[in-house]
Parts: sequence; C-alpha cells; structure tokens
Amino acid sequence: MTKLFTSAEAHLKARHRSEWRFRWLGRLAILFSLGFLAIMLVSITLLGKGALSRAEIALTVDLTEASTLEDVNAKKTLRNALFATFPEVTSRGEKRALLKLLSPDSGYELARQIEANPALLGQSPTLWFTASDDIDQYTKGAVDITQPENRRQLKDTTLGWVQALESRGALRSVFNTAFFTSGDSREPELAGIFSALVGSILSLTVCFALSFPLGIMAALYLEEFSKKSRWSDFIEVNINNLAAVPSIVFGLLGMAVFLNTFGLPRSSPLVGGMVLALMTLPTIIIASRAALRSVPPSIREAALGMGATGVQTTFHHVLPLALPGMLTGAIVGMARALGETAPLIMIGMVAFIVDVPNGFTDAATSLPVQIFLWADSPERGFLEKTSAAILVLLGLLIVMNLVAIVLRKKFERRF
Amino acid sequence: MTKTLTAIAVLALTTGAAAAQERIAIVGSSTVFPFSTTVAEHFGKATDFQTPVVESTGSGGGLKLFCAGVGSDTPDITNASRRIKASEVALCAENGVTEITEVKIGYDGIVLANSVEAQRFELSLRDIFLALAANVPDGNGGTMPNPYTTWSEVNPDLPAINIEVMGPPPTSGTRDAFAELAMEGGCKTFDWIADLKKKDKSAYKALCHTVREDGAYIEAGENDNLIVQKLATNPDALGVFGYSFLEENSDVVQGSIVNGVTPEFEAIASGDYPVSRSLFFYVKNAHVGEVPGIAEFVAEFTSEDTWGEFGYLAEKGLIPMSEDEMAQFAEDAANLTPLSLD
Repeated sequence: MTKLFTSAEAHLKARHRSEWRFRWLGRLAILFSLGFLAIMLVSITLLGKGALSRAEIALTVDLTEASTLEDVNAKKTLRNALFATFPEVTSRGEKRALLKLLSPDSGYELARQIEANPALLGQSPTLWFTASDDIDQYTKGAVDITQPENRRQLKDTTLGWVQALESRGALRSVFNTAFFTSGDSREPELAGIFSALVGSILSLTVCFALSFPLGIMAALYLEEFSKKSRWSDFIEVNINNLAAVPSIVFGLLGMAVFLNTFGLPRSSPLVGGMVLALMTLPTIIIASRAALRSVPPSIREAALGMGATGVQTTFHHVLPLALPGMLTGAIVGMARALGETAPLIMIGMVAFIVDVPNGFTDAATSLPVQIFLWADSPERGFLEKTSAAILVLLGLLIVMNLVAIVLRKKFERRF
Repeated sequence: MTKTLTAIAVLALTTGAAAAQERIAIVGSSTVFPFSTTVAEHFGKATDFQTPVVESTGSGGGLKLFCAGVGSDTPDITNASRRIKASEVALCAENGVTEITEVKIGYDGIVLANSVEAQRFELSLRDIFLALAANVPDGNGGTMPNPYTTWSEVNPDLPAINIEVMGPPPTSGTRDAFAELAMEGGCKTFDWIADLKKKDKSAYKALCHTVREDGAYIEAGENDNLIVQKLATNPDALGVFGYSFLEENSDVVQGSIVNGVTPEFEAIASGDYPVSRSLFFYVKNAHVGEVPGIAEFVAEFTSEDTWGEFGYLAEKGLIPMSEDEMAQFAEDAANLTPLSLD
C-alpha cells in the first residue's frame, strides 16, 4: 500500500459518517412529518367518531284514535307519550324540561314512520325517536356528571329521567345515517353533510368542465403552435403569476364579473365552479405544458415526417401521450379547489343551507364552508360534527388523488 | 367533450330559469346568524316554501348588499346586531330601496367570562375601562398610556393576577358593542370625560373606544368557541363573547358580575345587565309578494313560539323583549310599517 491510499482511507471514514448522518436526518424529517400527520388524523378521528352515532328514545305513542295521517297531531301525541312515560312530572316548568328530551324534529319523525307503515294507525306502538343533543352528548360520555349541577348543561332532573329510560332499555345508540343523508341544521343531532357534499360535487363539476378543456387548449397552443416571441413570454409569466394569486382575489373578481355584470345567481355552484375554475386554470395550464414537454420530440418528428399536419401530429400523437400527465395536474388542481373557502365567501356560498341543491343554479354551500360554519356554532354537539366533516373532506381528497395515481399508472408510457 | 359541455350549459340555463327567485335570501350579522338560521330551518320544515338561504356577512356587509338595489339579485332580508345608520338608509334610498321594515328581535348580552376553576370576577364598568383602554386618566385632568398590568392595580378588591382578556377583533360587531357599552360606559363615569363628549366628540370616542394594544387584550379571532377552549386551559384569563356561548358552555366558563349584576337570562331581559344590545332584521318591502314566503317568514319569526320567553330562540340564547315591545314590533312587522329614523 502506498501513502496515497492510506490518506484516502482516513477521509473515507469521515465521508461515510457524514453520509450516514445525512440519511438519518432525512429519515428523521420524514418521521417527524408523519408523526404530525398521525397526531392530526388520530385526534380528528377520535373527536369525529361521535358523529357516527345518535341517541334514540323509545316511546309508546297512542294512535288508537287516528285512522289517517291527517288525524295525528304529531307534536301533541309525542307530548302525551312523554307525560305518560313520566306520570310523576306535574309542574309546568318540569314538563317543559321533559319535552326537551326529544329533538325538535321528532314530530316529523313520527309522521314519517306512520307514512312508511300505515298499519301503525289505530295501534299504540313503541317507536324510536331522536333524542336532543344534550342527551346525545350524555350517551357518548361527553357530560361529566360528577361536576356540580350548575356547571353542566344537563340538569339533575333531566339526568334522572335519562337514567330511568336507560334502565328501562328505552335509550339506545344507533348509526347516524342522517349525518350522510341530510342537510345542515341548527340542531347538532339533525345536522348532516349531504347538502354540502352535493354542493362541492356540483361546483367541482362546473370547475372541471370549464378549466380542463380551456387549460388543455391553452397549453397545447402555447407549447405546440405559438412561436416564441415577446408576447408568448409575457403570457407565460402572467400564467405563472396567476397560479400564485391568493384565492380570495378570484372571489372578488367572480363577484364583480359573474354576479354584478352577468347577473348569475348568488350562492350557486355554477358561479362557485366558475370562480374555482379561474383559480385552477393556471395550475392546469402549467401541468399540461410540462406533460406536453415530456413527450419526446422524436414522436412529433416521425409524425411530421410521415406527412401529418401540425394539428394531426398534436391530436393523434402528442396529446394522447401527454393526457395522463394533464389529468393528474387537473385532479391535483381540483383537489385544491375542493378545499377552498375564501373565494366562496365573496359569492355568497358561505351560507346556511338546509335543502340539498338540485341544480347548478340552486343555492349551495361546500364541504370546507360547512366545516367552518359548524366550528363556529355554540352548541357542543357540533364539535364532533366538525371533525367528522373534516374526515369526509379528507376522504374525498384521498379518493381524488387515488384516481390521479390510477389514471397515471394506467395510461403512462415511458420512453 | 363538446357535447357534454353543451349539455351542461343547457342544463345550467334551464335549471337557472326554474330556480330563480324561489327562496328568500337573507344576509347580515354573524350574531343574529344562529337565530335567523334556526327560524329559517323551522320555516322550511313547517311550510311548503323552500328553506331560506342565510349568509353570515356581518351587519355592515349585510346592509351594503341589502341596499344595493331592488331585484332578484339582491337580498330580501338583512340581519343586524345594531340599528341601521342614517347613512345606510340614505344609501338604500339612493338605490331605490325606499321602504324598509325594521323588526327588533330581542337582546344579546356580551359577557366577560373566565374558567369555572377560577374565582368569579366582580367588575364595574369603570374597572373594565381602566383595565382595557389604551389611554386612561392620569388623575390630573389628562390622560396617560395604560400603566396597569394586574387587576389589583385597577381596583384593590380584584385579584392580583395579570390582566389578560381574549376578545374579538375590531371587525366584529361584538367588539363594537363591547367598546360602546362596556368601555364607554366605564369611560363616562369620569366627569371630565363626560364633559368632553359635548366639547369634542371625536376625542371622546377615541379615548373611550380605543382598546390597548400592549398584549393585555388579545384578539382571539371571530371564533367564540376558540375563546371558550382557551379560557378552559388558562384560569387567569378572561374572555369576551356573546351570552349564547356562555349558556352553552356553563360547565367550562362563568360570567363575571358587572356593576353588581350577574349575566343571566332574566337580568339581561330586564335590562339590568349593562352590557347588552338589541338585535334586528330589516325587510325589503318591495320584495314582499315578489319572493314567495317573505310575509310568512316574518310572521314565523315574530310569533310567540319563536321569539317569546319560552320560544325556541330563547333556547338558542336570544334574550326576548318585554311583552309590550314584542307586541309593538310584531304589529309593525305584520303591517310592514316602513322605517323612519327620527
């Protein structure tokens, strides 16, 4: 061995050590971010799982006098059923408290159950009704009953009734389908995500229908047809800048142009989708241009060499190869649009909407807006709804990203 | 692709024509929002009309939209946590909104609350002003930057803990009302400041309404739930928010006694609790009859079962008016008596 090698050996150890250090730093960084993600997901899931169940109370309702649905005064029937269950309650104040065991919607629930099963008329069946949010919170263990009475929402008398119902087996917890099938409500036990979900899907449909074709056209022209000039540079710089503009600016633009000038309906997914399309357009153009650039020039040259025109070359050969990349870009842009609230504030989609929107011009809201509205509500029961809505939003985002990955894997061609 | 696009465009246009002006559009105050949405939901379920759309835009923002004109693209009703200003009435009139019905719906108390783990505060309006104003009287007829760091420096009866109050930012209506009712209320207990009001109104307002910015008052954002959660973990801090949040979270926070009155339902309703304000909504008379259901919605809002002492809004934290006042406003609302500011 010569001296030359020994000196290198001493250095080698130090170089290996530094490489080892760098690798571990990288791993730590990944571990750290994964840890945060895990903490976030676990805490949201723990908070949100309560929204999946709902407390119900069984009551024996007297329908013996009624022969049609119109004969039934639902609210009164339920009132009497409650008073009959707790005959010891006589004072007016206590009766009022007793009525609050049930959710304000229980009258409609009774009507629906009779409608679904007219055989109930003339009987006195025992039916289940949604309990109020205080009772619901109690069954989920969210009420600390060891605290003194004046420090909790659920008072001792009510607690006594609830425990009596519990011991009688007249209190149960069921899967909360209403959360996925109904619209917003001011009562936490009735509030659902469906209208916001439909609103989001409608807005995204409009957004995709507008921004995807427009984005691809713009990218194709800029990349394949336009000549490099000062103008094309100017346009390119502007598109890149637009991608970085804060989303609220697009909301203001949407309000000024779509609502005030064109007179399109406020709070509608049509306008929401148009504003979101403005926002995602630059992202799609940039991603599409990158996809076009990754198509090898030999493909174009071969097509042109065989006598194809520019348009034929582009649409028959280049576009099909670039499409998976373009779709991925579009879906990532859509996923960003799905999480936006700021531009929607200006066009009136931050609103309380109960009915499920049945068209592009009907009033609608969106998932992130629903999360924001619930997070701002005073009732304790909305806490779990907020977390559950976040989970739904995350689920939708994951699905969209999965679609992007699948499309890419399926159509991708490597050279 | 072109076919689907045309299909979507056609669909959008046809549904647009069908859906136009079927719903009542409501905008306005975030404080009235929980009450307005509750009535909207009841209204939607109990009648054949579509559920109104309620937007939370803030009182000022709501009135601006409301006064933008008459027609299907402007809101029918706006909520406000303060009375409409003369300038806003003028703006409305300029844009053709000449007849507005004012409906007062009740009261809202603003509370100063702390964690139930800590001792309940007993404050006077003067204490609140001295603790939170940017400038305070120096005792020689002038003012000085607020020197107080602990409550006991403000008033020896109060605990010796640092002044730490979490409240809404200046954009909030709650903050406006807090400045006007609590801060100004304490401010004018100094005779010379009360005299100043007559001489120099803007100096008076600047002195009484400016909240200190040295860290004792923490702007905690518009989300009152966040303030409640922060109070639960920090027993030394106080928070400023609406009464409905106190009521819903009575297991976590307690309201401070102000001028000897505890913020409770009865005390706010009777007007004994000093920091309470009126809540309103305004109806565009020109839209009644044009948009189906406005008159019915107003009737629903002004019924005893809704805004009365045992109505469902009281459960949501609205403090009802006295019987006489209620009858008066219900009558004005039913007749759509146009508002006149005198």
